[in-house]
Amino acid sequence: MTSGDPRGAARPETHAEVGAGAAVSSSGLTKRFRGGQVAVDGVDLAVPSGSVYGFLGPNGSGKTTTIRILLGLISPTSGSCELLGGAIPDRAASVLPRVGALVEGPAFHPYLSGRANLRRLDAADRAAHPATCDARIGQALDRVGLAAAAGKKYRAYSLGMRQRLAIAAALLQPRELLILDEPTNGLDPQGTREVRALISNLAASGVTVMLSTHLLSEVEQICSHVGVMHLGKLVAQQPLAELRAATAARVSIETDAPDKASATLRRLGFTEVAPTSGGVTAEAGELPPEKVLSELVYDGVPVRGFAVATPDLEDVFVSLTGEGFDVSG
Amino acid sequence: MSAADATAGVVTGAASAPWRRLSTRFLRSELGLVFGRRRNQVALAILAAVPVIIAVAVWWSAPPSGRGPNLIGAVSGNGVYVALAALGAELGLFLPLAVAAVASDAIAGEANQGTLRYLLTVPVGRARLLAVKYAGVLAYALAATLLVAAVGVAVGVAFFGGGEMILLSGSQIGFLPALGRVALICGYITACLAAVGALGLFVSTLTEQPVGAAIAVVVFTISNQILGTIPQLEPIHPYLMTHWWYGFGDLLRAPIATSSVGPGLLSAGIYTAVFLAAAWARLGSRDITS
Ligand SMILES: Nc1ncnc2c1ncn2[C@@H]1O[C@H](COP(=O)(O)OP(=O)(O)O)[C@@H](O)[C@H]1O
Ligand SMILES: [Mg+2]
Repeated sequence: MTSGDPRGAARPETHAEVGAGAAVSSSGLTKRFRGGQVAVDGVDLAVPSGSVYGFLGPNGSGKTTTIRILLGLISPTSGSCELLGGAIPDRAASVLPRVGALVEGPAFHPYLSGRANLRRLDAADRAAHPATCDARIGQALDRVGLAAAAGKKYRAYSLGMRQRLAIAAALLQPRELLILDEPTNGLDPQGTREVRALISNLAASGVTVMLSTHLLSEVEQICSHVGVMHLGKLVAQQPLAELRAATAARVSIETDAPDKASATLRRLGFTEVAPTSGGVTAEAGELPPEKVLSELVYDGVPVRGFAVATPDLEDVFVSLTGEGFDVSG
Repeated sequence: MSAADATAGVVTGAASAPWRRLSTRFLRSELGLVFGRRRNQVALAILAAVPVIIAVAVWWSAPPSGRGPNLIGAVSGNGVYVALAALGAELGLFLPLAVAAVASDAIAGEANQGTLRYLLTVPVGRARLLAVKYAGVLAYALAATLLVAAVGVAVGVAFFGGGEMILLSGSQIGFLPALGRVALICGYITACLAAVGALGLFVSTLTEQPVGAAIAVVVFTISNQILGTIPQLEPIHPYLMTHWWYGFGDLLRAPIATSSVGPGLLSAGIYTAVFLAAAWARLGSRDITS
């Protein structure tokens, strides 16, 4: 990340205020597969209602397995979890109709059209009203931009179209919670933008979204909260803003008059002002960098060099996971 | 994606659609899937071809001599017997194979495609899923049996006429009562195939490979028949799944006998119950990792 990046400017602030209670919570969730592999290891999730929760982790870190447990598809070796206040799997029948889910990529009947596939899922849903079926399917297809291809057989769909159909299936009913496992996988850049915009819109209307991804940029762009998975463990979980605070930009000034420069920086409200070998550094405040420079010059500080460095969120995650963002075994 | 996205509201539990206990939508969807599938349609077409082949073959070789199985010999006298000859000929392999293919696909096919996880998160309860899947299998078994019988009667009557039918007990009945006997036999055969379907459903919960499951069911069925031909194993014969299948001759007597059909229905019922219970126990506790 280079200097002067206006981070946070385009970030939606609406879902920063989070409603009471957790839409998803778990305690000590653990899954040991036959064969001994511990895919999920003592995970304590807390996804606040109204948040867009980025469930971030490299491939193989246990995101999908966690999501399968949350949806009652596999039973945890130990630990417990709740969706929308109802324990899973005991209360799954009453909770899951209010949850839209995408798990480990799309899966549909290949010889049925996209629309027929949605009709089948709707038919299976006892909470769905048959009279509104066609209207709801039409709406869901519209929202994911698949209306034109709705009549094609699923097997003729591209990966991006399949992904869109899976998202449409999650939107067949109004939901309180969406659990989306890598929803932008296989989408082209345009499709990725559309899906992210759709998620932001849904979140703005009050839907809680738990979004698993291995893409840091995705979390940065649309999430209000983040949980980081690494080797089956949840190594961090906090509002993105807090994490971002740890990555505040720093200015560094090369000068022969570090004392003078420090005084100016303090006057401008900079914190953590510290001397370096050839000058001073400080944590950047609200002031845009070019303003800082003119203030320094105005105060008669002889500036030889000026730089703004923003530590990458990626650096933060590397420090959390202790290693690079690679596939974990 | 439309601009209407922002209108997506949050619906509270109380405001959502009423709980519909008695909806047949999922069952109808399942029937559409089973009967709409090309493979299953081809299987039905093949099953339906057998009575036609039998009728043509018998008609070709007329006048009938005394050789061959009883039923084939009787065909040339009365068209309805074509249906019975076809059912008898297909009960050994074709009908169980067709039912096994559909039943094995029930859970394993959905698991293989990944659609199982999406059905379960709709949510469809696992017991309900099994019930609907088994209903689909039963419907297919019944349809296959009735189709063979109907085609058999139709070609039989066309080739050989639809006069009086001579029962195994020697007496004669008219054409309509004869159709009634055929319907009873179809019911009995469907009950036997229901056990095959239940076995298929169970095996289908064990694997994600529908073809493997179908093969397992057919192997089980055929080895039952083979064991049934080994005289040394006579003490266990009554307990074999296939032992009573050909007992439907009981239904061609006047009055109707129950010496084979009775234990046959009991056997089919027990096999069905045991396999369904096993399927439920297995699917109920299975991790869906597909
Ligand atoms: N059915 C399974 N049996 C054994 N191990 C599994 C199974 N499913 C996943 N795993 C293992 O669990 C770990 C986590 O996998 P997964 O949850 O799919 O990760 P992610 O979704 O974060 O990429 C991986 O190491 C994977 O190999
Ligand atoms: Mg995954």
